Amino acid sequence: MSIDMDMKEIHDIFFEESEEGIDVMESGLLGLEPGNADPELINTIFRVAHSIKGGAATFGFTAISEFTHGVETLLDQLRSNQRAVSEDLIEVLLGAVDCVRGMLAALKDDAELDLNSVTECQEKINALLGSAPVTSAADSVADTDEVMAQRPGVKTWDIEFRPDANIFKTGNEPIRIFRELESLGKLNVFAELAEDVEFDSVDPENCYCGWVLELEADVDAEAIEAAFEWVKEQCDLKIHCRNPQAAAAADTGAVESANTVAQLEPPKSESNAAKPAAAPAAASRDSGSIRVNIDKIDALLNLVGELVITQSMLARFGENGGERGANSGLRDGLMVLERHTRELQESAMQIRMLPISSSFSRFKRLVRDISSKLGKKVELVLSGEDTELDKTVLEKMSDPLVHLVRNSLDHGIEMPEQRLAAGKPEVGTLKLSAYHEGGSIVIEVEDDGAGLNAKRIHQIAIERGVVSETEQLSEEQIHHLIFQPGFSTAEAVSDLSGRGVGMDVVRRNIADLGGRIDIHSEQGKGSCLKIRLPLTLAILDGQLVRVGDDVYIFSLRSIVETVLVPPNQIKRLAGGSVVYRLREDYIPVVRLRERFNLNCSAPRKTYLESDGELMVVVESDGKRLGLFVDELLDQQQVVIKSLEENYMPVTGLAGATILGDGNVAMIIDVPGLVRDAGDAKANDSNAA
Amino acid sequence: MTSEYSNSPDDQLSAGDANQYLTFVLNGEEYGVEILRVQGIQGWDTVTPIPNSPDFVLGVMNLRGAIVPIIDLRKRFNMETIPHGPTTVIIVVKVESADKPRTIGMVVDGVSEVYRLDDANIQALPEVGASGVSSDYVKGLSTVDEKMLILLNIDKLFSGNELNHDAPTPMAKTA
Amino acid sequence: MANILAVDDSPSIRKLVSATLSKAGHSVESASDGQEGLELAEANAYDVVITDVHMPIMDGITLTENLRKLDTCRFTPILILTTESASDMKLRGKQAGATGWIVKPFNPESLIKVIDRVLG
Repeated sequence: MSIDMDMKEIHDIFFEESEEGIDVMESGLLGLEPGNADPELINTIFRVAHSIKGGAATFGFTAISEFTHGVETLLDQLRSNQRAVSEDLIEVLLGAVDCVRGMLAALKDDAELDLNSVTECQEKINALLGSAPVTSAADSVADTDEVMAQRPGVKTWDIEFRPDANIFKTGNEPIRIFRELESLGKLNVFAELAEDVEFDSVDPENCYCGWVLELEADVDAEAIEAAFEWVKEQCDLKIHCRNPQAAAAADTGAVESANTVAQLEPPKSESNAAKPAAAPAAASRDSGSIRVNIDKIDALLNLVGELVITQSMLARFGENGGERGANSGLRDGLMVLERHTRELQESAMQIRMLPISSSFSRFKRLVRDISSKLGKKVELVLSGEDTELDKTVLEKMSDPLVHLVRNSLDHGIEMPEQRLAAGKPEVGTLKLSAYHEGGSIVIEVEDDGAGLNAKRIHQIAIERGVVSETEQLSEEQIHHLIFQPGFSTAEAVSDLSGRGVGMDVVRRNIADLGGRIDIHSEQGKGSCLKIRLPLTLAILDGQLVRVGDDVYIFSLRSIVETVLVPPNQIKRLAGGSVVYRLREDYIPVVRLRERFNLNCSAPRKTYLESDGELMVVVESDGKRLGLFVDELLDQQQVVIKSLEENYMPVTGLAGATILGDGNVAMIIDVPGLVRDAGDAKANDSNAA
Repeated sequence: MTSEYSNSPDDQLSAGDANQYLTFVLNGEEYGVEILRVQGIQGWDTVTPIPNSPDFVLGVMNLRGAIVPIIDLRKRFNMETIPHGPTTVIIVVKVESADKPRTIGMVVDGVSEVYRLDDANIQALPEVGASGVSSDYVKGLSTVDEKMLILLNIDKLFSGNELNHDAPTPMAKTA
Repeated sequence: MANILAVDDSPSIRKLVSATLSKAGHSVESASDGQEGLELAEANAYDVVITDVHMPIMDGITLTENLRKLDTCRFTPILILTTESASDMKLRGKQAGATGWIVKPFNPESLIKVIDRVLG
């Protein structure tokens, strides 16, 4: 019989669940300490390893099941107190976790597997186990197969089967066993009543029969025993062969049933491996949740977005409906509709939200590995792991966070002896926290390390041409220089944080998400990096403005202020860039009509005795920019739609949206414009 | 927003329609696109301009919730532009370019007919391009009732690269 | 055609079991732990129950014990799905009232055969 189904889909589920399992194992292992063997935790780790091994064997991923077998054995010994928790053991098991993760990734992506590291790790496990390489369950099944298939022969068997009275209570029916024997060959069944039946006290749920069976079949005793496998503890069973020397004459039927038996037969090599345990621990149970493809969620969000637009369209009609009583029902209905749409939208957005714990938990491992490599002592403190973030934001924040944590470990927290000399506790603290503040999510990376050396940073920034020697900067401004492109101290380049991205890229990634990063540092006391992010990327609190004939939208959160600018306060610099003096600072100014090459029929709108103009001051990444607009219009929430879907990305735009009147309006990419203005300014100053 | 004709995939058109072409008029000539590519025909509606786009990209329109770029075919083919008249329509087509499928609206002078054209009736384009339309974008020529039809290859015409065609380089970022 | 309840905490195994048995014409419902399985069995009648052993919340042995206490499940075939081949696990299963066991790794064909076997 062949069963064709989408194994790939099932494999994908297996990969996903195993990856989650591996994460659970890893964080479990990180929670173990020598001398502190929490049985609950060990059980959880064991159960996951066991599950991965079983799944891998079932789906034919023998490399993984073989490898995990050793891991499982080690964990089983831990579980049954035959082995103590030691640093070495945790190290090896963590290494094994990496190996399995690698093997899964290689299988999933059809990629090359790093066999060396697997073999190396396997050797370490074997050394701990003090044994030769383990045989896999799958192999032994194959072996059994072969052995069974090799010796068939026509024989006549006498079988006496006298079940215990309680046999029905385990759901076993003798008739099933007989049918199975019948499939092996010719079967005759003779029933007999048990000798000691007391008819007064017969329990109709008990069995008072025994059977004598005669079987002519090309099988051996094991095949017959297999039919009784499930009941052999519940019966007297005698199997006797009348003609043990019967000639071997294999027929396919016999081989097939032998195969069946082989599958049911326990793989022999395992019989002394894992000892079962009854108390399973709840670890990664996602109670009451379902997996949904992200595309489906986005399709739902899109629809909800449409609904919001339709609702605002209706609301406009409702407003025009006038005050008369006949329309009050309509207006009430529209108000309820508005509330429900808003709630529906919020619930739909919630679906995309994930707790930050998934991102935080990987830092336990990272901190452990890096601090031990550096010889530093660091305690990682997590808080607010339940704080939820949009899935996309969470994914895009992952790399920047890793970088910040590495920086803290590498440059922030000092060596134990330095810390002691400075009168600090030997063990440094790295704190990762997440919380809501206003309509934003805040993530903080805080350490009690050396803090930033403002003097040194200033010096380096001057050397590298990031700032000029004459520029007077506050301490805070100096601290922010570390986010400047081109600022990377020689000291900062090390094995650990030298690779990967610089702080300018971190800042840019965060700005692209509509967020910002700030640093507060005190020399000798430590640093705190504070990242502020929007709750979601799909909806924006927008400020509508008119530029020429069209409506453009700014993210409300990017707007610092709007000012009426008299013409004489705009200064044109030598390089061609234009700046405005906003109180103490000069900020670059962009005229959207020109920047966007707009052909506007509407003349520039002027204010202040007919020659002033309206400027929106926006901020991204700590830098400000002035943008001339003709008019401020409404503020409203808008659904961000991609221009790329049917067209292409457009510089200066973050996307588009559909307004209540059904028309399209462009959403301004403030971080992008701010960055361009910065580049242009840099070019000017280079030219000058 | 008026919709004079709309064709969802499972409407009256089916497999046998692979050889049918919707034709339209542009600058006095008749052009055709495969009818299976046509998603609908829209009357003129508000188009929001896209900053720094080539001049033949008039902007984008809201088509049932999707943001769809609108291309002025006269401008695309460097023909003389005329004011939009009562017959001016936007033909919405599905374009299969190498990178991804796109929905695009093209402004034409007016819709003409639907013809069934077997491959035998379609000739390759002579070396010299017809009516200023580069031969790159022409799938072939056909003749119906003494009239010449120019069958367009919209996948090439509206590929990602072509949409970018002629895009002015962004101006100096100054006020 | 039988109503089968499959209890396993691994989504991939659940999917494999239910896809295999549905292909073979059975109707399959699944649960991700013993507690959920028990609740389903309390509400529905099943011809066969297949359960994993190591699961969070409630393991397969406890589930089997509890199922045998239900009127509707007193004689229902209950098969333990496990990689454990040690005889003490089978014994504990039997003591709890299990009918038999299926040893992992199993393949779809062998699973169908076992189900055919208990259905007779």
